[in-house]
Amino acid sequence: MSTLVRPYGDTTGDGMVQLSFTLPVPHSKRAEGAAQQLANKMGMDPALVVHAKPMGPDFTFFVVYGRVNHLVDLDAVEVIERDYPLLTPKEVNASIKQSLRRRLVVLGACIGTDAHTVGIDAILNIKGFAGEKGLEYYREIKVVNLGAQVSVPHLVDRAVAERADAVLVSQVVTQRDAHLLNTREMSAAFSEAFPAAERPLLVVGGPRFDEAMAGELGVDRIFGRGTTPGEVASFLAHRLAS
Amino acid sequence: MTTKLDLDPVTVRKARSLARKAGRPIVRIAQQHTTVSVERATLRLAGLGGADAEGTPWVNRLLDAVRADVGLEHGAALPVWDALVRSEAEDLLTLAQKASAGSVRFRIPEGRDAQRARSASKRAVGGGIKTIDRRRVERDRLIKRHGDAPRQPWIYLIVATGDIYEDIPQAQQAAREGADVIAVIRSTGQSLLDFVPEGATREGFAGTYATQENFRLMRAALDESSKELGRYVRLTNYASGLCMPEIAALAGMERLDMMLNDSMYGILFRDINPIRTFVDQRFSRQVHARAGIIINTGEDNYLTTADAVEAAHTVTTSQLLNEYFAKEAGLEDWQLGLGHAFEIDPAVPESFRLELAHALLARELFPQAPLKWMPPTRHMTGDVFRGYLLDGFFNLVGAMTGQGILLVGMMTEAVVTPWLSDRDLALQNVRYVLDAAGGLHEDFRPAPDGLIATRARQVLGETVDLLDRIADEGLLDAIADGTFGLMRRPADAGRGLEGVAKKADGYYNPATDLLEEA
Repeated sequence: MSTLVRPYGDTTGDGMVQLSFTLPVPHSKRAEGAAQQLANKMGMDPALVVHAKPMGPDFTFFVVYGRVNHLVDLDAVEVIERDYPLLTPKEVNASIKQSLRRRLVVLGACIGTDAHTVGIDAILNIKGFAGEKGLEYYREIKVVNLGAQVSVPHLVDRAVAERADAVLVSQVVTQRDAHLLNTREMSAAFSEAFPAAERPLLVVGGPRFDEAMAGELGVDRIFGRGTTPGEVASFLAHRLAS
Repeated sequence: MTTKLDLDPVTVRKARSLARKAGRPIVRIAQQHTTVSVERATLRLAGLGGADAEGTPWVNRLLDAVRADVGLEHGAALPVWDALVRSEAEDLLTLAQKASAGSVRFRIPEGRDAQRARSASKRAVGGGIKTIDRRRVERDRLIKRHGDAPRQPWIYLIVATGDIYEDIPQAQQAAREGADVIAVIRSTGQSLLDFVPEGATREGFAGTYATQENFRLMRAALDESSKELGRYVRLTNYASGLCMPEIAALAGMERLDMMLNDSMYGILFRDINPIRTFVDQRFSRQVHARAGIIINTGEDNYLTTADAVEAAHTVTTSQLLNEYFAKEAGLEDWQLGLGHAFEIDPAVPESFRLELAHALLARELFPQAPLKWMPPTRHMTGDVFRGYLLDGFFNLVGAMTGQGILLVGMMTEAVVTPWLSDRDLALQNVRYVLDAAGGLHEDFRPAPDGLIATRARQVLGETVDLLDRIADEGLLDAIADGTFGLMRRPADAGRGLEGVAKKADGYYNPATDLLEEA
């Protein structure tokens, strides 16, 4: 049996949503009507334009509340569910020690022109993210963080030199799909430089990636917004040390 | 401004003298070295602009040819103007063209020849310095004519379309909506280019390049806006990365009003060689001093990588170092937009009071400086509603602690580049807070032994301890150790090192001469 739900305002099944947007028209009654028309076309009925504010002479900003008639079928939702057990740092260390008998080497970088190290640092720096310590904290993981604006050839060279088990790359800048282009360039370079069986595990992260695109981009895993160091460490342990 | 924190004047003096002690050896290193970018900036001041068919600037072409013949250690002026005096070419541009075709040989002139080259170069570079002086006078005149920003903090807004012709209407609209300062974001990656691109940018990455033409176009557009709005609208760009001396010179000649110009940012966040950075830094700050440009330092960045509570004293330490380097280079207090940011994790208990303590500490340590107050980024999660509230609290701290420059926070930080509506909502937020509580600083007196005053004293104490250590082990070693922003940057590594040379005995640079005469 499929599970159907509707948005929840204050009553089960009321279908209420909020929406804000700008139209490139001066504020007027007509503009408000236009906002209502857009909301209707988006499936909101009734749609209540609760706020309309002129922004300069040519634009109007709207906030709309209303009911949508759409149903969401939870069974038809496709997401990448975590397919590995979530381990504590202690368990990660133990599994690496037991199966690898050496430290697991993780190489991290922001590639291309991207200078935003927030993501890679949140995962690697001991400081960590969301109350979890970063991979540097794990005794059995050796972290080499190359920082920002690392070129793909340099990354490959370092992966060879460090005998990296896994390469973690973060990408924040998405202008003109830079994150996708960079990722493809990287996975191609690694496939070229390593025999398939020896290629390090390639992991990419960033707020704008679609986690389902790993195969298409030629990497082993994509982590999206809100990923914690513990999830990454658990994944690495699962794939490399079990 | 009366003091609210009752900071111990002896401790404050000690902090400044330690910053001086830590900074002085760096200044000495800066005086003993030159860089390709310092020399190219000198050529630019002498009027050499433009690029060849491949887009390589003529200053790069000429300097590379000079360097190949006689090295960098004597500076560009002697060999270049010696060649001109010897009539190898009728002007700089022709000389650059001939040199890149390999038809000029450079030498280091001696005796009377050297004297002639020195005076010729000084005349030429003096022309660029005069342009900078004229632009400064022009700014003062326009501020008098149109009026200045109506109040402090100045409202600082960013445009970042990547196309200068899209940036212009956005910037003008932002000015109409109340921005006092427009910052044009630079294309990602320009920091690491060892040349300044030419011409108007139509397709940048997350911003436009800092080019003379982009500077000119945007300044002209904002001059129109200033006239329309009856207040002078300031323009900001970035003198940072491998070409900061050249960008500073272009900014001075095109009347930019503020430049981001941190003493350590390039080292820490772009992995640019420390010596290269400090040499370039000093020259660019001398230019900014002359041009009446307000610098903005980048301490806010430390807090994006390190914890804002644990690392609070590294911000204060860096501000003191930035102040020392700035003043040594000739900048005055009113030109020091020392940076700091509202980046404490909102989940930390009393985070707002801690922010107040840090902001007030900066205010009282640098009472004459127009501090630059930067909005939250690190704890903006994509929950735009919560983000809007955080920005409101950020604005409130700005109002309560008399910040000079307020970078407007966007609720869509970390989500999208700001939409028109994001900017409008953000400005409503700022205006509401300033209208509702703009005078609150008059009533706000933190209890002498309360959390705020105690915390400020603690941060100052930790700052003195850290400065003590840095002064003792040397700033270069401290940077190599990861003291700032948790980045480890050794002095013998990093980008741009190959563009540094130790000055020879007969080194001559007319620009440095003229800038230091004043």
